[in-house]
Amino acid sequence: MADTQATTATPADAIAAAHGRRHDTMTRLIIRRFLRHRLAVAGLVVLALLVLSALLAPVIAPYDPDALSTTERLQGPSSRHWLGTDDVGRDIFSRVLYGGRISLLIGVAATAVSLLIGTVVGAIAGYFGGFVDNLLMRVVDVFLSFPSLFILIVLATVIRTNSVLRQYSGSIWPIAIVIGGLSWMALARLIRATFLSLREKEFVEAARAAGASNSRIMIRHILPGSLGPIIVQGTLLIAATIITESGLSYLGFGVQPPTATWGTLLDNAQGKMQELPLFAIAPGLMIFLTVMSINYVGDGLRDAFDPHSTR
Amino acid sequence: MGQYVVRRLILAVPLLLVISMIVFGLLQAAPGGPMGAYVRRGNFSEEDLRRLEERLGLNAPAYVQYGKWLGRVVKLDFGQSISERRPVTQSIRDRLPNTLYLMATAWIVTILIAIPIGVITAIRQYSWFDHLVTGLTFVGQSVPIFWLGLILILVFYIWLDNPFGDGPLLPAGGMYTLGQDFSLWDRIKHLILPVTMLSASWVAWYTRFLRASMLEVIHQDYIRTARAKGLREQVVVMRHAFRNAAIPLVTLMALDLPLIFSGALFTEVIFAWPGMGRLFFTAADRRDYPLLMAIIMITATLIVLSNLLADILYAWLDPRIRFR
Repeated sequence: MADTQATTATPADAIAAAHGRRHDTMTRLIIRRFLRHRLAVAGLVVLALLVLSALLAPVIAPYDPDALSTTERLQGPSSRHWLGTDDVGRDIFSRVLYGGRISLLIGVAATAVSLLIGTVVGAIAGYFGGFVDNLLMRVVDVFLSFPSLFILIVLATVIRTNSVLRQYSGSIWPIAIVIGGLSWMALARLIRATFLSLREKEFVEAARAAGASNSRIMIRHILPGSLGPIIVQGTLLIAATIITESGLSYLGFGVQPPTATWGTLLDNAQGKMQELPLFAIAPGLMIFLTVMSINYVGDGLRDAFDPHSTR
Repeated sequence: MGQYVVRRLILAVPLLLVISMIVFGLLQAAPGGPMGAYVRRGNFSEEDLRRLEERLGLNAPAYVQYGKWLGRVVKLDFGQSISERRPVTQSIRDRLPNTLYLMATAWIVTILIAIPIGVITAIRQYSWFDHLVTGLTFVGQSVPIFWLGLILILVFYIWLDNPFGDGPLLPAGGMYTLGQDFSLWDRIKHLILPVTMLSASWVAWYTRFLRASMLEVIHQDYIRTARAKGLREQVVVMRHAFRNAAIPLVTLMALDLPLIFSGALFTEVIFAWPGMGRLFFTAADRRDYPLLMAIIMITATLIVLSNLLADILYAWLDPRIRFR
């Protein structure tokens, strides 16, 4: 790749310089390839705006999302309430903004759980092979045979009603752990495959000869080599978990009202579509935009990390 | 091959046992255990509840209950549904045909749309049509289907009116108009929205999958050979390329088979379709454990079997694959 030596300043250079990082050719190459994928860049911009709107919700939102009003119930859009008000007088626009915070947070948290389990299981299975590998892959088989939506609903009921777990139901973690705990299997298989092939490489042998421990070899030598698929899968997983969370919340099994998420808002809106069509349109549109932009970003990342993939 | 199938079937047994133990354990961890449903109903005295618990065998340790449950399930007896007050198998038998009817229609519609589009986009790669379809498949894969259902109701039930009569353009719930004689058109009208909702993402997946698989095949040497022989383009595409590209699609369809039983939860809930998905939804809402357990276990069994079916089909359709 001789052209990476070119001295013209690219956005990739700017990003690398801004971070004050050592000029890492591989990273620069990946960033440059990503930036060539126009739809992926557009996705990244939209995604950044959506994340910003969620982060800045306390600043942007004109009202407290949980503030009730007896005088302004079920109002249509107006200059005071851009998207109108719901049946107990809460400002829908503010609730959509705040809902994004929870929805995005659960998406990221569930993906983190899934990445953690998937990477650990895949790495151990691929690195040690043999009996351990066999056992772990049977565990993966069990999880893959679960009808996952049904199991999610059952687990959500357990969390909501079990006397011990109920005290955590205000937190995002139970639902994030449950969703993440049921979506790590594909990743585990992927990591296992890369570990299986990389552990035979000379650099691993060299590390072992130099006296590196198993965990050091796994984390410092092999894991960086499988970072590409982890990042790509992780990105796409965020989109999938956001859909799962909003689906569960929409059905009434996820985050419990009055907490606003895009899913609970849709659930709220569905009986009032006649009077307040925007109430049903807005939260779903937010989910749709988020998921679509993440999917495009993931697509761009996949091409950037592996230019040979044809899909 | 027979040996391979038998071995896989034998391996499926411990897998299903482990799954059933986990699910059984989960339901035990739920509040008040299976008795919760009766306690919540509230019109039972303390004494009644104790007697009921004893009669249903719910005071025994969990492993004894599991053993008894397993003993009955082997004989295809899933016990008594709490919310429906009749045998679980009867509830399922009532709902299953409705789900089959909906899913089969959606599946046929999906195939009819996805196959031609998948093939055309692959032959005309990078044409405007290909770009349009690729964009639409991204939309189809990203749109939350429950939201799509709501929007369909908003547009075709609330906003648009029937130009030839009163009422909305399309019905938004149920399988047919209650209290009316059978009419094919009425049935079809009730199918349009749920099938659209189901097919939207399904078509997106299948089209994208078939396109990728066609592109892979089209660049193979034997396609060049077929062209070099002077075969008509249509024969090259349909007989040489499509037949090979369809093999992975067939296995994908096999993997989707459990849906025929479990139904589409969101679609059935939104459109009040009296099928398996909605049965599960109400069972979860009312904590009807025997019913939940039955639906989950039958679905899990179907998932395991359809995985096996997919592998067998793959090897059968593609003789280059050998059974190990």
